[in-house]
Amino acid sequence: MPRSVRAVAYLKRIPSDIRKLWREPLLLFGITLVSVFLFLFIVLPLFKIFQLSFEENGHYSLKVFAELLSKSYNVQPLIHSLTLGAAVSILGTVIGFIFAYAVTRVDIPWKRFFNVTATFPIIAPPFMMSLSAILLFGKQGFVSNMILNDIIHFKIYGFYGLLVVETLTYFSTAYLTLYGVLQAIDPALEDAALDLGAPKWKVFTRITLPLATPGIASAILLVFSQSLADFGNPMILAGNYTILATQAYLTIVGMYDMRSGAGLAILLLIPSLIAFGLQKYWVSRKSYVTVTGKPSSTRIKMDHPVTKYSIFGLCLLLTGVIFLFYGMVLFGSFVKLWGANHALTFVNYKHVFTVGWGFIRDTLLLSSIATPIAGILAMIIAFLVVRKNFPGKRLMELVSLLTFAVPGTVVGIGYILAFNEYPLKLTGTAAIIVLLFIFRDLAVGVQTGIAELQQIDPSIEEAATDLGADSATTFRRITLPLITPAFYAGLAFTFVKCMTAVSAVIFVVSGKWNLITIAILGSVENSDLSQAAAFSVVIIVFILLALWLIQFLVKQMQGEQRIRFERAEAL
Amino acid sequence: MNQAYLQIKNLTKEFLSAYQDEKVIAVKNFNLEMKRGEFLTLLGPSGCGKTTILRMIGGFENPTTGDIHLDDVKINDIPANKRDTCMVFQSYALFPHMNIYKNVAFGLEFRDLATGEIRKRVEKILEFVGLAGLGNRPVAQLSGGQQQRVALARAMVNEPKVLLFDEPLSNLDAKLRIKMRIFIRKIQQESNITSIYVTHDQEEAMTLSDRIVVMNRGEIEQVGTPEEIYSRPRTKFVADFIGKQTNFMTGNVLESVDGRQEVEFWNRRFSFERYPHLKKGDAVTLVIRPEMIELSAQEGVCNGEVTLVTYLGSEVNYEVTAEGQVFTIQVSNPLKTGIFRTGDRVCLNFDLRNIYLIKA
Repeated sequence: MPRSVRAVAYLKRIPSDIRKLWREPLLLFGITLVSVFLFLFIVLPLFKIFQLSFEENGHYSLKVFAELLSKSYNVQPLIHSLTLGAAVSILGTVIGFIFAYAVTRVDIPWKRFFNVTATFPIIAPPFMMSLSAILLFGKQGFVSNMILNDIIHFKIYGFYGLLVVETLTYFSTAYLTLYGVLQAIDPALEDAALDLGAPKWKVFTRITLPLATPGIASAILLVFSQSLADFGNPMILAGNYTILATQAYLTIVGMYDMRSGAGLAILLLIPSLIAFGLQKYWVSRKSYVTVTGKPSSTRIKMDHPVTKYSIFGLCLLLTGVIFLFYGMVLFGSFVKLWGANHALTFVNYKHVFTVGWGFIRDTLLLSSIATPIAGILAMIIAFLVVRKNFPGKRLMELVSLLTFAVPGTVVGIGYILAFNEYPLKLTGTAAIIVLLFIFRDLAVGVQTGIAELQQIDPSIEEAATDLGADSATTFRRITLPLITPAFYAGLAFTFVKCMTAVSAVIFVVSGKWNLITIAILGSVENSDLSQAAAFSVVIIVFILLALWLIQFLVKQMQGEQRIRFERAEAL
Repeated sequence: MNQAYLQIKNLTKEFLSAYQDEKVIAVKNFNLEMKRGEFLTLLGPSGCGKTTILRMIGGFENPTTGDIHLDDVKINDIPANKRDTCMVFQSYALFPHMNIYKNVAFGLEFRDLATGEIRKRVEKILEFVGLAGLGNRPVAQLSGGQQQRVALARAMVNEPKVLLFDEPLSNLDAKLRIKMRIFIRKIQQESNITSIYVTHDQEEAMTLSDRIVVMNRGEIEQVGTPEEIYSRPRTKFVADFIGKQTNFMTGNVLESVDGRQEVEFWNRRFSFERYPHLKKGDAVTLVIRPEMIELSAQEGVCNGEVTLVTYLGSEVNYEVTAEGQVFTIQVSNPLKTGIFRTGDRVCLNFDLRNIYLIKA
């Protein structure tokens, strides 16, 4: 169908869609409410930034950008951000691919261990790597000072430091993406190539690699966006290598120049949106990976000793580095005064739980409020988008996925612009932090929800409707139980993100409501490295506890479900 | 020199279960010999080990014990890409990023052939399977039947010593499946390529095969021509698995009279041809296909009652209860005999020549 015909067909459908909605007031109410929320807490803040940076005495103008780009100290961050993003995305994707290929295709031991190590950076606060870099290679660093006795001077502040820490932090994203892609390639394809006489390395270059190429492109774009949006690492390690996310923050907080800050935010937003658009609308369409019939049996593994042991060695080396970095933070958290007194002590933890208790309490409280709300909201949006027809549905999906593409710094600036005056004066309250938590990472929950729902045969829900249930009841009694795994995955992700958030919330925290991550940045700035380390360890412990709890609940429920199934079968 | 072209000796395959805590025997002591040009089907329910055998022949699984010889060469230790076998996969496994031509040419690329020669062979085989001139089509745009042909061409173009089929028709709709299986049989007979075919569909096995291997739980139940398998099943499993709704009855072997076997059931004596391995006093299972019982109003054992009638046009299927047992009976050409109704009293006549006895 040509586009215009489709558009007309769509427009023709609208009146009947609206009529149907009138008959289901609860559904209508739900759609309206969600739309209002999405508008207020995602669209409005972005709009405010655009408004501030493009408006000049009531007219639209590009003056602020002309001004910004005429100053080299503003042009540089743009170039730096893009350069760093490109380097991190390529290096991160290469490492992610090595791990993903090793785990899915090579006959090596310790796969589970590699898998856990490669995903760990996702749950750790991102800037922990920078903290560790200082502990290892800084002036008083464990390696630079204590082992090498200052023979080599490591330039950790600047491009290379950031490249290393961001790569170690964000290669996990590439790993997960590529793991999924490599796993989804039907083993029969590789079997067939082998069967037709191709040697194993040809199977790799002719079949596996071409089929994984869209996934690789996807991984590069995702890591690129993450590097662009990274705030914590550059705050600690950038030095003179200024980048956009932190420059925008410093412009606003340090120089009180809201307009330039907003302008920088726009400069940051544009490449992020381009990467997002490419990833979502171009790369994903190129994908060959489709879910076919039955999952084929075993996959032929690479077992040539040279390949096998070199890949195994690489994985060992990389996990070793990751362990070194995180381990150093753990070690640092027990050291009395980093660089001066390396006696082991609990005093940092004492500090964390006394002086820092407020931070911990606020973080846990606000995260715990935001997490379930975000989870349910995400599932409702996914349900509406996948299963219901109403005008503006695609827009709702796009807006909720947009949060994924917008760097935290941009969102944070948007929030202070949008919510600092009546009637939506929220600055300084707990509410603004909770709202930011909820809407900041909505996209992932919505995306998993959509993916999960698309797997569920709509006729199951139609059966419920057929038996007399309305939309709300169907959602509550049928849909929600079926998408429980996605729901809990969304919860886990949101909680982790809340606990480790920096970039956006740094704009909206206040003396009254504060967060651990902000406290860590403060400690690093004050060179209280051991305290910062202890705070980091505490965050990770809380995250692991929460993940364990969520997993426990899921298992409990699945167990119950299994028992129910077994009972049903017995009957 | 061995006579058999493909020879499988004492093949056993053990797996660790998903939780790695127990051994699962997928194939147990499997022996088979095949002639060149033969079409053989491994038939059995899912999980009977048939696909595992195929994958061991193809080189995708290593046998736990046992040997596979192909054309007098032991191929156990030859990796899959160096074996002279080609497989048609259940999912077709066409390379989605290549067009038809490149898919079919893929295997030839590893054979030291000139480009012109590759082109010649690919075009010839595409014509052979009815896809001439379509080489440039991306495989994603093909119908199921066309994908099937590409998969077949891609395997056959390499002229393997054995062509392996892993349930290749299971993703097609019923009509196309029937069309494709006739197509496969024709192609195989024209090219005289030795083929092993795995399926759980008995009709497919019957139409395609020179010989069928019926398998259950990793072991061979019976090897034979389609006719042997149907009319002289060696085990109750084969009798039950092959054919639809087989009736079983138990009886006792009496003495032989005039070289014929007397068997007692329903307190009557029936005379069958002689079974050398049966002796007086043995309990036997009688394998009675639905078409081996005739119904009439007067003659025969008149103690049946019709409990269900299914009219199918060219035939009528009845469920008849007699002596506390339910029989499925198929009557062809029902217009000739007339149709009974539910509740009718009927007499059963057994077609003793075709009833087969299995020692219980």
